[in-house]
Amino acid sequence: MTHLTLGQQLLDSCAALLLLLSFAMLSQRRVVTLVNLYAVQGAVLTAATLLLAWRTGEGHLYLSAALTLGLKVAFLPWLLHRLIRRLGVYWDTEPLLNVSGTMLVGLVIVVFAFALAQPITLLASTATRSAVGIAVSVVLLAFLMMITRRKAMSQVVGFLSMENGVFFGAMSASYGMPMVVELGVALDVLVGVLVLGVFFFQIRERFESLDLHHLEALKEHE
Amino acid sequence: MLLVGCVALLLGWTAIGLAGLLRPRSVVLSGRVLFPLGALLGFALAVLAGASLLGGGIERLVLPLGLPGLPAHLRLDPLSSAFLVLLGAASGGISLFAGGYFRAGEGAAPGLLCLQYHLFLASMGLVLLADDAYSFLVAWEAMALSSYFLVTTQHRLAEIRRAGFLYLLMAHVGAICLLLAFGVLQGGSGLFTFAAMRAAHLSPGWAAAAFLLALLGFGAKAGLVPLHVWLPEAHPAAPSPVSALMSGVMLKTAVYGVLRVGLDLLGHPVWWWGLAPLALGLLTIVYGALFAAVQTDMKRLLAYSSVENIGIAFTGVGLTMVFAGSGMPVVAALALLATLYHCLNHSFMKSLLFLGTGAVLHATGERNLGRLGGLMHRMPWVAWLTLVGTLAIAGLPPLNGFVSEWLLLQSFLFTDGLPHALVNLLIPMGAALVALGAALAGYVMVKFYGIIFLGQPREASLVHAHDCGWLERIGLLWLALGCVLLGLFPLQVIGALGAVTAELVGAVVPQASPHWWLLAPVPGRPVSYGPVVFLTATLAVVLMTVLIVRLTYRQRVRRAPAWDCGFGALTARMQDTAEGFGQPIRHIFQPFFEIERELPAPADRAPRYRIAIAERIWKLLYEPLVRAVERLANTVARVQQGRISVYLLYSFATLLVLLAVAMAS
Amino acid sequence: MSAIEWITQVLEVALALAAAPVFLGWLNQCRAWLQNRRAPSLWLPYRNLRKLFHKEAVIAENASPLFRIAPYVVFGAMALAAGIIPSMGTQLPLVVSADAIALVGLFAAARMFMTLAAMDVGTAFGTLGARREMMVGFLAEPALLMVIFVASMLSSSTALPVITRNLASGHLGLSPGLAFSAVAFVLVLLAENARIPVDNPATHLELTMIHEAMVLEYSARHLALIEWAAQLKLFNYVCIGFALFLPWGVARAQIGPLGLLVAIPALAAKLAAAGAGLALIETVSAKMRVMRIPEFLASAFLFAVLGLLVHVLLGA
Repeated sequence: MTHLTLGQQLLDSCAALLLLLSFAMLSQRRVVTLVNLYAVQGAVLTAATLLLAWRTGEGHLYLSAALTLGLKVAFLPWLLHRLIRRLGVYWDTEPLLNVSGTMLVGLVIVVFAFALAQPITLLASTATRSAVGIAVSVVLLAFLMMITRRKAMSQVVGFLSMENGVFFGAMSASYGMPMVVELGVALDVLVGVLVLGVFFFQIRERFESLDLHHLEALKEHE
Repeated sequence: MLLVGCVALLLGWTAIGLAGLLRPRSVVLSGRVLFPLGALLGFALAVLAGASLLGGGIERLVLPLGLPGLPAHLRLDPLSSAFLVLLGAASGGISLFAGGYFRAGEGAAPGLLCLQYHLFLASMGLVLLADDAYSFLVAWEAMALSSYFLVTTQHRLAEIRRAGFLYLLMAHVGAICLLLAFGVLQGGSGLFTFAAMRAAHLSPGWAAAAFLLALLGFGAKAGLVPLHVWLPEAHPAAPSPVSALMSGVMLKTAVYGVLRVGLDLLGHPVWWWGLAPLALGLLTIVYGALFAAVQTDMKRLLAYSSVENIGIAFTGVGLTMVFAGSGMPVVAALALLATLYHCLNHSFMKSLLFLGTGAVLHATGERNLGRLGGLMHRMPWVAWLTLVGTLAIAGLPPLNGFVSEWLLLQSFLFTDGLPHALVNLLIPMGAALVALGAALAGYVMVKFYGIIFLGQPREASLVHAHDCGWLERIGLLWLALGCVLLGLFPLQVIGALGAVTAELVGAVVPQASPHWWLLAPVPGRPVSYGPVVFLTATLAVVLMTVLIVRLTYRQRVRRAPAWDCGFGALTARMQDTAEGFGQPIRHIFQPFFEIERELPAPADRAPRYRIAIAERIWKLLYEPLVRAVERLANTVARVQQGRISVYLLYSFATLLVLLAVAMAS
Repeated sequence: MSAIEWITQVLEVALALAAAPVFLGWLNQCRAWLQNRRAPSLWLPYRNLRKLFHKEAVIAENASPLFRIAPYVVFGAMALAAGIIPSMGTQLPLVVSADAIALVGLFAAARMFMTLAAMDVGTAFGTLGARREMMVGFLAEPALLMVIFVASMLSSSTALPVITRNLASGHLGLSPGLAFSAVAFVLVLLAENARIPVDNPATHLELTMIHEAMVLEYSARHLALIEWAAQLKLFNYVCIGFALFLPWGVARAQIGPLGLLVAIPALAAKLAAAGAGLALIETVSAKMRVMRIPEFLASAFLFAVLGLLVHVLLGA
C-alpha cells in the first residue's frame, strides 16, 4: 500500500462507504431502512464535502456541505418517512431480480464504471483520483436499483441516491459544481420529490396500491 | 540411460498385455499375476522417472520405428519425468486394485481387458515421452482407442455404447485440433520434431492460433467446459479401475500437453494467452462443482468432480502463462508448482475415490446413491481409506488437496503486481471462484461420503455387502498413503519439481525456510505452512482432550436406539436422499440446470417423485451444432443418387476438370 | 523460538478455552437485558458444561467410530485455531506452520467432521442439519477466505500475526476495501456461529434449526465437547474480527509480562463491546426463513468480493 496522506485516506474511506451504502440499498427490501440508508449516505457525503473543503480551502464547499446536510440528511428523509407512514408502504415486494443476482450485476457495473472512469481519473487532480469511479458506480447502481424495484417509493430513493452520486462525482472531479448549478439541482430534487409525493397519492387513489406494475395497464390496448 | 529404462518398462507393459491373451479366460493369470506385475512396472517407472527428475537432465533417443524415414523421437526431460512419476505411482495402486477387481463373467474376458488396460498404460507413457508430432499423435490415438475399448467393456448396454461413441467423437474432434496445432507449430519448416518446433519462429498471430488450437484439443481431452460433455458419460461407464485411470492419469496428459505446447514448444508465452485457460478453468471449477453437487450416481458425481479439478489445474496453467508473459518468472514458477502439485494430488485422490466406488459397486451392485448407505459397518477398510480421499479432495489440511490449493491461492495474491490495468483487477475475482469451488467440493464430498458410507442402509440387501479383498486393500492403501505423504511433505515434492519450473519458466521458487518441515515458497513474504507440525499439533490437542475426558469422566457409555423424537416409526428412507442433499444447490443455482420434475399429486395412491437434471449446454451448444452438421451432411448427400451412371458421370467430370487443370498449369 | 513464546502460545489457547463460555454467557446476558428479560448468570455456560460432563453418555446403536471421534476432532480443531489467531500476542510459534488459509481449512475440517457425524446415525434430523450446515458453509467459507484475502493483500502475507502487526502499525488502518470486508465478515460470523438471522441457538423447531439438528444425537461428554467447541468457534471468529479490523492493543513486540498487562485488558474490553454489539444485532433482526439464508450468504460473499475489488481499485 502506498502511503497516502491522512486526508486522502479519509476521503477514500468516505468514497468506499458511499459505495458500500449503495450496495446496502441494493440488498435491502425494507423501504424504511432504504430511506435511513439514504440519510446515512447523505451524512457521509456531507463529511466528504467538509473534508474536501478543509483540504482545499474552497469556501463554497462549506456551503454545499451545509446544503447537503439540511436537505439530504434531514429534510428529505423526514419527508419520505412521513410519506411512508401516510401511505403505509413499509415493504417492497419481491424485486424483479433476486438480491444476489442484483448484487452480481452490481459487481460487474462497478468494474465497468472504473474502466469508464480511468481516463477521467488520469485528467483529474490527484487529490480525488479514485473517487470518480466510485461516483459513477453510485450513479449506475442507483439506476440498477430503480430498474429492479417494483414500488414507486424505492424508485424515488434510487433517484435521490443517483443524485448523490452525481454530486459526489462533480465534487471529486472538479471540487464541486458552480454554486448556482448546485442550488438549482438541489431545488430540482426538492421539487421533484414533492411532485412525486403528490403523484404517489394520485397513484394510490387510482389503483389502491403503489405497485408500479399497475401502470402497465395504462398503455393503449390494441 | 533412464530413458532406455522407461522405454523398456513401456514395452514391458505391452508384453504383459499380450501375455494376457495366452489364456484370456483365466482370472488367476490376469488378476493374480499380470496386473500385480504391471503394478510393479508402474512403481519401477515412477522410480526411474523420479531419478530423472531429481537429476534434472534431458535425454534423447531416436528409435527407427514406424514409417521409413520417420523415426520416433523420444525425450525425457523434467516435465515428462514429473508426469511419468504421476503415471507410474498412481497406476501402480490402480493396477494392484484392478488385479483383485476384474472377475470372470463381467463384460469382456479378463485377458482382453488386461491387454487393453496395459496398452492404455503404455500409450500414456509414450504420449509423455514423444518428441515429435507423429509419435505424439500415434500415442495419443492409441490412448484414445484403448480407453474407448475399456469404456465399452459392458458393450451389451446401449447406454454404454452411446457413452463410448460420444467419448470417441470428442476425442477425435480434439485430435483434429491437435493435428492442426502441430501443423501450425512446425512453421513451414516441414519438420515435425518438437526440436524443430522449438526453433521455429512463428508470427504472433500464428503462435496464438497454435496455442488456442492446442488448448481446444487438449481441453477436449481434459474435460474443460464446454468440451467436457463426454466425461460424465464415459467415466462412469467404464469399470472402476479404468475410471480411476482415466480420471486420475489420462486427464493429466492433457494438462501435460498444454504445458508442453504453451510453455515449451511456443517458447516464451504472450501474457494474454494465459487468459483463455484461466477463464475457462475458472468456469470449469464452478460448473463442475455445481453439477457434482446435484448428481445421484456416485461415479457421475466423481466424474463431475474431476471436471472441477481439471478446472483448478487449468486455472493454474493460465496464471502461470499470465505471470510468465508479464516478466514475473518466480511467481509463474509458483503457479506452475500449484498446477503440477494439483495434478499429482488429484491423480491419487481421485483414483482412490473411484476405486472406492468400485469396491462399493462390487459389494452391492448399486451405483445409485439413493440405494446405498451405512456401508461403513460392512466395509470398514474401504470406508476408512475412502475417507482419506474424501477429506483430501475437499482440500482439508494437512492432507494433499490443501497444499495445491494453498499454493494456487498464494500465487493469486500476486496478481495485483501485474502491469495490466483491468486484468489485474479481474484476476483476483478468480481467487473468489477458486475459493467457492473448494467450498463446493466440500459440499460434494460430504454428500458423497455421508450418503454411501454413513447413516442406515437404504436397502435391505445392503446388509450382505462385504469388504474388498486383500489385493484391492493394498491398492487403496497405497493411494491413501500417497494422499497423506503428499500432504505432509510438500517441501520435498516441490524441491523435486523445481527442475520442471526451471525448464518451463526459467525460475525456481526459492525455499525461504531453513527447516525441512516448513513450506515457505513465497519469495519475500513471511508466509509459511508446516503440515507436519500442523498434524502433530492437531493430534496432540485431540489426544490430550481424549485423555483428559477419559481421566475425568466417571459415567458409563450406553448404547441405545437412535432418538426418534417420540415419533416411533423412523425408517432408513427418512434420511436425506442424494436428491435431497443436493436440493439447496439446485435451488440456489437454478439457472444453471435444466430441471425436469415430476411431483406427485396430493391424492396419488402411489406417489412418485422424480427429478432429472440435465446440462443446458446440450440445448445451447451441442444440439444446434449437431443440427448444423446434419444440414451440411444433407446438402452433401444430394450428390448421392444411387445410379451407377450418375456416379460414373461424377468420375468422368472430375477427370475432365483435373485434365483441364493439368493442361492450364 | 524461545520458551516464552511457547508459554504465550499455550496461555493463549488456555485463555480461549476459559474465556469462550464466559463470552457466550456475556452475549446471552446482553441479549436478555436488551429484551427486558432477567439475565441468566454469566457462568451459566460453564454450569451447563459441568452438568453435561457428569451425565451418562447415550450413543445410538448404529453409530460408527466416526461418530465418537468427531467431537474430539471438532474440539481439537477449534482449540488449535485459538492458538493460530493472534488475540493477545503476535509472537506465536504455531503460526509459522499454519497461516490464515490453513485456519479456514481448519474450520472447514471441523465442519466436515461435524456434518459427517450428523449423517452417521441416519436420522432425518441429522441429515437435514448436515445439509443445511453445508449450505451455510459453502458460501460462508469462501466469503471468509476473501475477507482474509483483502487483508493479506494489504500486508503481503497470509500469516495472521503479520497482518495484525501491519494493520496496527498503519496510520489509521482505514482501508476502503476493509470496510466492505468488515460487513461481509459480520455476516459470515453470524451465519457460521448459528446466530439469529440465520439460526436460532435457542430453538428446537425443525423448520428452522441447523446446528441443533446436527447435534441431536449427542449427549453427555460428547455434547459437552461439541458445545464447548461451538463456543470456542464464536470466540475465535470474534478474535479474527479483532485481528483484521481492530488490531489495537495486541502485544506487538516480544511479549513479556508487560505486554500481557496491556493485551489482556484490551482483549477483554473488545470482547465486551463485541458481545454487546452481537446481542444488539440479534435483538433487532428477525430469524430468516431457511431459503432466505443463501441470499444472505451470497450477499456476504459478494460483499467480500467487492472488498477485494475496491481494494484493488483504490488501494493499489
